[in-house]
Order: sequence, then C-alpha cells, then structure tokens
Amino acid sequence: MSPDSTATVRPNYDVMAIREDFPILAREVFGKPLVYLDTGASAQKPRQVIRAMTEVMEETYSNVHRGVHFLSQACTDRFEAARETVARFINAREADEIVWTRGATEALNLVAATWGRTNVGPGDRIVISTLEHHSNIVPWQLLRDETGAELAVIPVDDAGEVDLDAYAGLLDGRTKLVSVTHVSNSIGTVLPIRQMARMAHDKGALFMVDGCQAAPHMAVDVQELDVDFYCFSGHKTYGPTGIGALWGRKALLDAMPPYQGGGEMIAHVTFEKSTFKDAPHKFEAGTPAIVEAVGLGAALDYIEAVGRDAILAHETDVAEYARERLAAVPGVRIVGHARERGAIVSFTMAQAHPHDIGTIIDRAGVAVRAGHHCAFPVMERFDVGATARASFGLYNMKSEVDRLVEALDEVAEIFGR
Amino acid sequence: MNELRELYQEVILDHGRSPRNFRRIENADGEAKGDNPLCGDRVHVYVKLDGTGGLDDVAFQGRGCAITTASASMMTELLKGRSEAEARRLFDVFHAVCTDEAFDPLDVPEEFEDEADRLQVMAGVRQFPMRVKCATLPWHTFAAALDGKQTATTE
Ligand SMILES: Cc1ncc(COP(=O)(O)O)c(C=O)c1O
Repeated sequence: MSPDSTATVRPNYDVMAIREDFPILAREVFGKPLVYLDTGASAQKPRQVIRAMTEVMEETYSNVHRGVHFLSQACTDRFEAARETVARFINAREADEIVWTRGATEALNLVAATWGRTNVGPGDRIVISTLEHHSNIVPWQLLRDETGAELAVIPVDDAGEVDLDAYAGLLDGRTKLVSVTHVSNSIGTVLPIRQMARMAHDKGALFMVDGCQAAPHMAVDVQELDVDFYCFSGHKTYGPTGIGALWGRKALLDAMPPYQGGGEMIAHVTFEKSTFKDAPHKFEAGTPAIVEAVGLGAALDYIEAVGRDAILAHETDVAEYARERLAAVPGVRIVGHARERGAIVSFTMAQAHPHDIGTIIDRAGVAVRAGHHCAFPVMERFDVGATARASFGLYNMKSEVDRLVEALDEVAEIFGR
Repeated sequence: MNELRELYQEVILDHGRSPRNFRRIENADGEAKGDNPLCGDRVHVYVKLDGTGGLDDVAFQGRGCAITTASASMMTELLKGRSEAEARRLFDVFHAVCTDEAFDPLDVPEEFEDEADRLQVMAGVRQFPMRVKCATLPWHTFAAALDGKQTATTE
C-alpha cells in the first residue's frame, strides 16, 4: 500500500506468465501493444474464468434449485460451490451469509432498501465519506428522502485521507449506519476500516463497506475487519459482469425483509400470503446469474492461486513507480497522497485536460480513464473538473508505466511543455 | 499520429488556450448550462438579443477539454451578429462538419461559405467518435438557451 509497506515483491512473481493467462493483453490498439491501465473501471478476464463459464454452459448447464434431474443438481452444486468460494475469499463464517447481486451497486441498494427501510427513521443519521463512488451516495440519498433521515459526510484532508476527528463527531446515538469505501476508486486512498468500524460500533451504529477496489487487490477478512456488511463487484475482480456479492452478518440478513419478490425466494405462496426462504435465498428473486456466479468463483480461485499478498506487493511496486515517474513529468499534478493507498494514480496536467490526455495516449495504445470517475464530490474537493486515472491490476508491469510516461510526452508535444 | 494532429490543429489549440468571449453576460436574454455526464464537462452559454431577431452577443463560461472550449469559443465568434434563424441553420452545418464523413464545404449554402471554411478545423473529431459530443455540447447548449430551456446534455 504505502511506500513503507512491509509487503515486498516476491522474486517469483511471474508477471509474464500471468499475462499469458489474459488473452486480451496480446492484442494491439492502433497498431501498438495494448497497455491496459483501467482495471479500476473493469478488470480483464483470465482464460480460467472464460473456460469455467464456457464449461458450465457446455457441460453442466441447467436452472438451479428447481429440477430433480441430473443437470439441475450438478449445476446447483457448481453455483453453490461458487458461493462458498466467495465466503472463503472474504473469510465469512458461512456461505449463507453471501447474497448474489448484480454488483456492488445492487448490493448497496439492497441494504438501503431492506435494512434501511426497516431500521432508519426521521432524525436518524447515515454517514458516508467524501470519497464515495456515486453508488454509495445515491442509495442513501433515496433512503434519506424516503425516511426523513440525515445523510452526513466525513470530510477528507488535502492528502485525501478521511478526517477521523470529524468522523467521531458524526457518531452518536442517532447514527444508524456508516457506509464507506474500502479503497477510493478515484484517488486510491485506503480507509482505516477496522478502526472506523470499531468507532461506529462503540456508538451502536452498523458498518458497511464498499469493497470494489479492495477485493481484487488485497486480502479481505470481514471477521478481522469486524464490519457488518461488505460488498464487491465480480467484473472488477477479474470475473464477469452481471454478478457481485453482498456479505452480511447472518443475524442481520435473517432479520431483513426480502428485496424483490418472485421465484427462488419463496418458501410457499398463496394469494393471501407468501412465506420466504431463509437468507440468502430470500434476497435472490428469479433465476440468478448462474454462469456468471461460476465465473466469479473461478476468478476468485485465480486470485487466490496467484496469492493476494503477492498481488498487493506487485501492484504496490508498479503503482509507486508510476507515482514517482508521473510526478517528474512537467505539468503533472497527482491528486491524492494518502499514506495508505491502493493501485490507483489520479493526475492532471497543467497544459491539457484529462479528456485530451486520454484521447492522445489512447492512440499510443495506452488505456486510462479520464473523467470524474463517478465521484463528483471528490473532484469538487480537489477542485478539478476531472482527472486522468491509471489503475493497475495484477498483470501490469513497470514497462507499461514507461509507455504511459512516453505517451504523455506526445501530449506535451501537442499542448506544450 | 496524423489523426491526432488533425484533431488538435493550431487553431483549436489556440481557442482552447485563450477562448474568445469567455465571460458572463449580465441580463442575458437567454442562458443555459450544458453538461456532458460522461466526463463532467460543463459550459454555460449566454445570449443577448438585439430586439430584431438578431444575436447581439454570445458568450460562455465553463470548464472543459480543449475540444469543448475551442468549439464554444469559435461558436461565439461565428454567431455574433447572425439572426436566430441563421444561427440554427449554422448549427446544422456544424453538426455535419463533425459527423458527416461525406461533408463537403462546397455543398454548404452560400450564406455560410466562410463559416464552413472556418468550421472545417473541427472535422478532425469525426475520427474520434467519443469526442464528437465534446464538440457539439456548446452548440446544444446555445440552442437550449435560445429555446428558453435551462439545461442541455449530450446524453
Ligand atoms: C468504489 C466503487 N464502488 C462502486 C462501484 C460500482 O460498481 P458496479 O458498477 O460494478 O456496481 C465502483 C465501480 O466503478 C467502484 O469503483
């Protein structure tokens, strides 16, 4: 994470072998080898994931939890095994604490709609941070507007770290829930989740974490973090789109009302009344994303096989190299200097708007994201309309950082130095 | 590389660096905010009418990329002194410059020959479909201001 992190790069981290697993990394863009620095938006997929998804469709596919026939059982086993993989991946106590969702966005909306509507009322307070992605802002605004609760925001300092004193001031008997990101998708700050969760619990509030930018990059242990809800998206963890996971403490999930109604989630239905299955199934109405769940399971297995500490050490090494090299480019300003930070480097260039930077370096085969990163309040806080963002994954290399820096030279060529 | 040079021509870079009519018009007859939700770029366009169907003054403010800024800057220069009706027809010409591969300045109505020549520098965006909206945002915003709408968006 931080430059003084104790994690060291394992000498046997074979990035070339890892790259072989990702077919897309072999392609060219505008005649140049692709340099993909947009993993924060969505990660590329290894063969292992593609193969698992193809295999389940070619050999084992059927609807789940329904048939007595052979394939239904076999497919249900694969599907539920993937749930167990997710549980292991974040060290949940049991697989029944894992709810499949379409992604982090749906997980956050699910908690706001079910737990929120039953537990939040007028005068109650929900706390988020300045660093949130819009998907961890808007569901709480909707809940606020519906319930008359208050939505409070933890400020961040100039480095991009959350102000813990201000946070403490937002915690009192009225605070029902704190929901924050584990790692900022726009500027890379890693939040002190354990400490913040303890502070919330001391005041009787629950704690939810948006783990989108943490799950693919570092070991996540929900018991060790001692939080109440945790969620992430499959497509950012080298898995497919359309799938993600919500983890919640079993007792909380059990007490929550269902999310949507339909098949799969009911125990019994008459026109007078329906009864629902237990968690997690009561939150999973309709035929789920079966193939995608299997794909996500394969992706998490892949991450585990590479090793999460090894990934963290490698990515930190590459990202810190990027910070160093970018900082030396005339006109570049790096936005966000938190001591604890993930594999995300956001920057602006005095001469050129991020959009223009993005277009120009794209022609050199370098893919970065340019814009507000679905985090308008962060852009506002740092007084930038937009930034260019390089976000790294387990397959990136320092030589790709060099390609980025070279490409920025072309920007200077056009816009001046 | 050539396509980049065609996009970022000196004229565009110049307008991007030192936009013309980059100011607010007090007591504007029309104004609108335009925003490109994709990238967060924003322009605020102000229009002052001359009372006889003409545009007395057009100006803008905002924060955006070189393409948006240059397009807005050139637009204000081209529109000043035009009638509302001419301005709307000129928008059509501009749109064709930015999107129509077969656009030929020689096909433009005589009234806009000079304008079409000057707008030709924006034709480079055709090779960058993601950036066409940057170029057209100021014009959409201008049209919204004329129509008495407060906002325009590229989506
Ligand atoms: C921190 C963070 N939270 C939430 C999301 C939303 O994820 P999804 O669109 O997969 O639901 C993202 C994705 O951009 C993110 O980076």
